[in-house]
Amino acid sequence: MKPFTFKSVSIIGVILAAVVFLLPTFFNCWPHKKINLGLDLRGGMHLVLEVQNIKAVEAEMERTIQEIKKQLRKEGVKHLGISRLNDNSILAKFSDGDDKSGFETVLSKNFEHLVTQKPHMDNNIVSYKLTLPEEEMENLKKMATEQALETIRNRIDEFGVSEPDIRIQGGNRILLQLPGIKDPERAKDLIGKTAQLTFQIVDEDADVNSAINGTPPVGDEILYQTKYNAGSSVPIKTPFLIKKRILLDGSLLTDARVEFDQFQQPQIGIEFNRKGARIFDRITGENIQKRLAIVLDKTVYSAPVIQDRIAGGKARITGNFTLDEAKDLAIALRAGSLPAPVRIIEERTVGPTLGADSIRTGLMSMIAGGFLVILFMVIYYKNAGLIADLALVINIILIGGGLAAFQANLTLPGIAGIILTIGMAVDANVIIYERIREELRSGKTALASVNAGFERAALTILDANVTTLIAALVLYQFGTGAIRGFAVTLCLGIMASLFTSLIVSRGIFNFVLKNKPSRKLSI
Amino acid sequence: MQLIKSDINIDFIGKQKIGFILSVLFILLSIGSLIVHKGPNYGIDFVGGTIIQIKFSEQVPVGKIRSGLSDIGFNNASVQNFGADHDNEFLIRTSNLAMTDKGLSQSIKDAVMASTGIAPEIRRVEMVGPQVGKDLREKALLAIFYSLLFITIYISGRFELKWILSGVTAGSLMTAVYFLSIFNVSMAVLITAALAVTLALFWTLRLKYAMGAIVALLHDVLITIGIFSILDLDFSLPIIAALLTIIGYSLNDTIIVFDRLRENIKGSEKTDSLPLLFNKSINGTLSRTILTSLTTLIVLFALYFLGGEIIHNFAFAMIIGVIIGTYSSIFVASPIVLLAHKR
Repeated sequence: MKPFTFKSVSIIGVILAAVVFLLPTFFNCWPHKKINLGLDLRGGMHLVLEVQNIKAVEAEMERTIQEIKKQLRKEGVKHLGISRLNDNSILAKFSDGDDKSGFETVLSKNFEHLVTQKPHMDNNIVSYKLTLPEEEMENLKKMATEQALETIRNRIDEFGVSEPDIRIQGGNRILLQLPGIKDPERAKDLIGKTAQLTFQIVDEDADVNSAINGTPPVGDEILYQTKYNAGSSVPIKTPFLIKKRILLDGSLLTDARVEFDQFQQPQIGIEFNRKGARIFDRITGENIQKRLAIVLDKTVYSAPVIQDRIAGGKARITGNFTLDEAKDLAIALRAGSLPAPVRIIEERTVGPTLGADSIRTGLMSMIAGGFLVILFMVIYYKNAGLIADLALVINIILIGGGLAAFQANLTLPGIAGIILTIGMAVDANVIIYERIREELRSGKTALASVNAGFERAALTILDANVTTLIAALVLYQFGTGAIRGFAVTLCLGIMASLFTSLIVSRGIFNFVLKNKPSRKLSI
Repeated sequence: MQLIKSDINIDFIGKQKIGFILSVLFILLSIGSLIVHKGPNYGIDFVGGTIIQIKFSEQVPVGKIRSGLSDIGFNNASVQNFGADHDNEFLIRTSNLAMTDKGLSQSIKDAVMASTGIAPEIRRVEMVGPQVGKDLREKALLAIFYSLLFITIYISGRFELKWILSGVTAGSLMTAVYFLSIFNVSMAVLITAALAVTLALFWTLRLKYAMGAIVALLHDVLITIGIFSILDLDFSLPIIAALLTIIGYSLNDTIIVFDRLRENIKGSEKTDSLPLLFNKSINGTLSRTILTSLTTLIVLFALYFLGGEIIHNFAFAMIIGVIIGTYSSIFVASPIVLLAHKR
């Protein structure tokens, strides 16, 4: 037999390729692609967020209402109430006559994109129902999710996580994989902050307490300030009656930094861009001796009395911040607000010590299982068992090389998949060897038995593996996270074991038998 | 070395009544347990909830952890020892998802520290919202359904060489499922209906091997789920992975027997000699049926005893599945093919 047939060269080529891909995991060498460990092994946080993007639609409708009112004022048209309904349509009422036609002119001139239903007439009052086209609504929602993704990515980058994986996972869900995170609670807090900063005037004409018991005056809302007394963890909530109209918001910020006041208490200094500075200048000028509330995510942080017009576009947010809180808030403000609130709907956090434990127990059971199987094969099939064991070792190298080459994540279930493969890979050899024994018993020569054994068992082995492969592929399709890691190693293992049992071990058999054709088979 | 002698001759077909009684008994027990427990004991993956794994540096009585949790209003939380006793690890499970001001795991840490006097290490937090749980449940059922469907197509195509027929079966099945899904039927009902239709189709189309294989698979999956229900073990995502692997793997033994059956049956279709041929085929392949399962069981036991607590239930499900799968390839799959032959 020629030492270098096409077949033997390609077998060795495949094995070498796997070794080359596997090496960087253990040594620092080319091609520098290590086997990626999943979050459950290296420790880290897996989060799924739901962007409540209907809120973005609500905000857009509120903006549209403000815009309509502004245009109507400009044209001198009087309305009898414009409000947002629960299904996110706008209800606008006018008295029949000039106002009605005035509104229709404004509508056709400035708000062509709105869908207007046939007006409803009742006692000389005409009511219109305006809606956004379905397509635009969907677009708004999609944009909100994309913008939330971008904002969260910026926050995570500033927070400092190496190799984060952040992506949209269908519809309004965002998937975050944050490996090696030290302080998961803080990270979650930062990610989940809407960070909607607004400046609103405190309504001091009405009484807060009567507003709490009854209904707040039109155009007002009740917001709270939370404070802690020194040494106590019981929050003290102070209600404020705040005018709903937003004078200025965080979208015009250029910078937010942690500063310290004279008592070394952290606070956040913010700076507006030129447009923001102009608006800030104007609103402080117009509201001297009134209280301007700095509201963040519907919580009042402070409500100082405006003493004088403030030019230059700089302001401070004070509160009882810890240093970390202040840092995170500054990051959130710099990275921008979320277009809609997000909610954590799935979390899987694994601490680094547990990850290390999982690697240890996983490896231990792999070595123990592998050793027992190797021992069993040698005892049961003698030299032929050795060939199967060699095939098994090659099999594991192939799986490792495949994991590194495809940059798939190795997870704890993934290790279980490799362990399972160890048990299943020798199955193919068992099927072949049992067949060869059978052929030998029927009186065939060693070579004829080996050939017959491999040929007749090949189809059975193929069938048996295809069914497992189908299950593994379906699992890959439907599984997420760690479970997908199991599907990956199982798929790799099945393909590797087909290769090692049908091609590699047969090659070894042929090599041994052709060199010493008279030799008795040790099986 | 030989564990099973080559001239072994056990009358498996003659003992099929015992197998039948045993299987029916197990299936009834499984279904009974599922009815009593109102379905599998779903883990948080499928119903939502939070689990927190904590570890102490020294021994701590469970009661103190419980009292600490009820101090902050977590009366419904369950606390279990996790892993070996000397690990001092516990699993706290609660249906609570609401975030407190400090975050759920932080407040649990504080509460437990207050009651036990030792700061626990939070090793793992898993929180699944109810909507995600519902999605995962649906996905899991779909995964089981699709793997059964594809394997059915493959088996009926490969064993009966009736690819077109199996294609038609699959096509009509998917259409039926599609129309049913329009009516918003629950997924479990849908899959049961689909499987019933499949079996009826196989029976009328005389796809005997495919039917034997599928019945054996259903048998394996149902009993594995049943044993989990009887032992009140958590039914979580890794268990679904185990079930799918069992579906794929337990077919191996069935395929080995079926391949031999076809080889032996060729040319001798006389019904009276059939039981003999079946016995010959099962006995002829018995050693490899047992050995392949044995090697797999070796590694699974290694995983079960050494793989750590997190992978424990997965390994257990696989062990049950492999054992039942081996049994069913002899005592369920083959007798059903014989039954279909006699028809």
